[in-house]
Amino acid sequence: MSERLRAAQVLDRTRAEDRAALIGYLPVGYADLAGSIDAARTLIDHGADMIELGLPYSDPVMDGPVIQRAATSALAGGIRNRDVITAVEQLSGRGAAILVMSYWNPVLAYGVDPFARDLAAAGGAGLITPDLIPDEAGEWLEASEAHGLDRVFLVAPSSPPDRLQHVVAHTTGFVYAASTMGVTGTRASVSAATEGLVERTRAAGAANVCVGLGVSTGAQAAEVGAYADGVIVGSAFVRTLLQAQDEGCGGDLRALADVADDLRSGVERARRAPGGARA
Amino acid sequence: MTVPDLSRPSGDLRSQTGPYFGSFGGRFLPEALVPALDELSEVYEKAVVDPEFIAELQRLAEEYTGRPSLLSEAPRFSKLAGGARILLKREDLNHTGSHKINNVLGQALLTVRMGKKRVIAETGAGQHGVATATAAALFGLECTIYMGEEDTRRQALNVARMRLLGAEVVPVTHGSRTLKDAINEAFRDWVTNVESSNYIFGTVAGPHPFPTLVRDLQRIIGEEARAQVLDRTGRLPDAVVACVGGGSNAMGIFHAFLDDTEEGGTVRLIGCEAAGDGADTPRHAATVNRGTPGVLHGARSFVLQDEDGQTIESHSISAGLDYPGIGPEHAWLAEIGRAEYVPISDAEAMDAFALLSMTEGIMPAIESAHALAGALRLGKELGEGAVILVNVSGRGDKDVHTASEWFGLLDGDPADGSDDGTEPAGADATGTDGAPRHGRADLAPLLELARTTMDAATAGTEEDA
Repeated sequence: MSERLRAAQVLDRTRAEDRAALIGYLPVGYADLAGSIDAARTLIDHGADMIELGLPYSDPVMDGPVIQRAATSALAGGIRNRDVITAVEQLSGRGAAILVMSYWNPVLAYGVDPFARDLAAAGGAGLITPDLIPDEAGEWLEASEAHGLDRVFLVAPSSPPDRLQHVVAHTTGFVYAASTMGVTGTRASVSAATEGLVERTRAAGAANVCVGLGVSTGAQAAEVGAYADGVIVGSAFVRTLLQAQDEGCGGDLRALADVADDLRSGVERARRAPGGARA
Repeated sequence: MTVPDLSRPSGDLRSQTGPYFGSFGGRFLPEALVPALDELSEVYEKAVVDPEFIAELQRLAEEYTGRPSLLSEAPRFSKLAGGARILLKREDLNHTGSHKINNVLGQALLTVRMGKKRVIAETGAGQHGVATATAAALFGLECTIYMGEEDTRRQALNVARMRLLGAEVVPVTHGSRTLKDAINEAFRDWVTNVESSNYIFGTVAGPHPFPTLVRDLQRIIGEEARAQVLDRTGRLPDAVVACVGGGSNAMGIFHAFLDDTEEGGTVRLIGCEAAGDGADTPRHAATVNRGTPGVLHGARSFVLQDEDGQTIESHSISAGLDYPGIGPEHAWLAEIGRAEYVPISDAEAMDAFALLSMTEGIMPAIESAHALAGALRLGKELGEGAVILVNVSGRGDKDVHTASEWFGLLDGDPADGSDDGTEPAGADATGTDGAPRHGRADLAPLLELARTTMDAATAGTEEDA
């Protein structure tokens, strides 16, 4: 079994470095299993502090067209739930915490406790659950306690104080704050209201709050990294992989490395740039 | 007439209000939508005890929908059903042509109460989309309808209807391009535009409060029908039969009968699932018979899924039943054995579609034809003296093109001199007059069968029942 790195350990480290963590999302199995593992390794080698491995699902209601396309392709390529455990195994022990992001039904089909057991044994840090709210998570609360896994629940700009408290109380690792109302995808700008959401989530008791949805450039990462504990990037990476595939050079990960470098430099300078200092 | 009753009934089974029905139901959706679901629950709970809301719903039911809907005898069709007396609850006669309007008017009123100016909806056959577009026109709301691209082809007429009613119709081009993908896309729109928009969900599935809310707004069907059957026959029916996709028309007509479980006099509740090519083939939508418990579209229920929990695409000739999930209350009724769910194939449904048309002059929606096929089967089992109530949930105008292809009525038809090129190579002619028409089934034997009911019917023997 690999040495397991949990999300909070990584966030303690990046906090000591006075910067936000860079968290990269990739769907397992795009363009194939080995390709997705290579891509995740590239992200780790180019500055990602944590990896979120998406488990492709047939009905991803929180995902926009970019991630949908990659997930659909991964499923068509025959990817199975078990493959995400293999990917975690191969990616742990490289200095990044490895999380899985999955819609709830594939985890139910695998069996909640068996999934938690296998994820922990593979060296995984925990699970992000976009369509599971703590109110429905009884089985997962138990399994994650039993196997020592991070439970990453989401909050959104629409979340009122009582929901923020409820989510924070059931979360371990970090709270995933969705920057906008909407689905995954790149956006021209990150909503100015995001900082307020992060503040409200901290006020509700969260030790760590990471921001996702819509962050795709180093400039956006610098902006968000000034106030968030972590910056989560998905569609920008996946779009780069799709483009490489469309241009017939799917195995060439240099463009992906460039995107990661740009984002890493964003979180590096976030709190050093003039006016970017944390209050 | 029966007043819309949204109060909490006292019966053991009728009193269930979610979020769980047994172990089914719940809210498996992004946190971002929780406030909207809470708001909808809250506005609804206030509305059901508000006499103004009930009065407005009643006024619309009478003046706009045309309620109460009729209960029609079907004497010739009954002869094909082993002589059992078939009674038809005529939701097809509602404004917009199906039961969907009952739900939509209620949810549109709630939208106005929430101060939202835009509604979104998913649709399969187009019946819910047409009903929503209609309500949006009535209440002056912006309206966007998501419809799988495959369904926009099958139901082109309804797409035109929605557009003529002022709605935007968005064809959904990913996944299986049918109802399930339209629901995914509607949820994506809702999570993005939740402040301005209300999602008018069309069936008794989805996250709480939709299964309860939609059922309550459809309960009027069963409440009217139960009183009408008692009034007409002096007793309760032996069975109530309805088609089941997501399950709103079935829950609507079943609900009033849930607690009619007296020893020896239990009213059987029978949901007819779409079995496509057959429940034992890979192409069907028989969710209760062939599905397993899982989470889809916000609720735990039966789902057609593989061993990894990936949704399996469903298949049915009927776009409205072509759905790999089912409402959680149905899953619970199946589990406790209160309702039975039977698979009806495309072929059985299309036979019933033609037979009801030919024997009664009532052309049902292909969805509803599944229930009629179930009634034919059940009537032969129960025989003379039995009373079977069937929900004719919608009318079949939208399905004439599909039926024409099925029975080979269009290609090579001398009447239009055209050939739509759809006939399979080497197929036998199936036209009633020997013209070179080609379909999957032959109308002629059905016409012969329908004719066998003529003499007795014209002799006026309805008095016997």
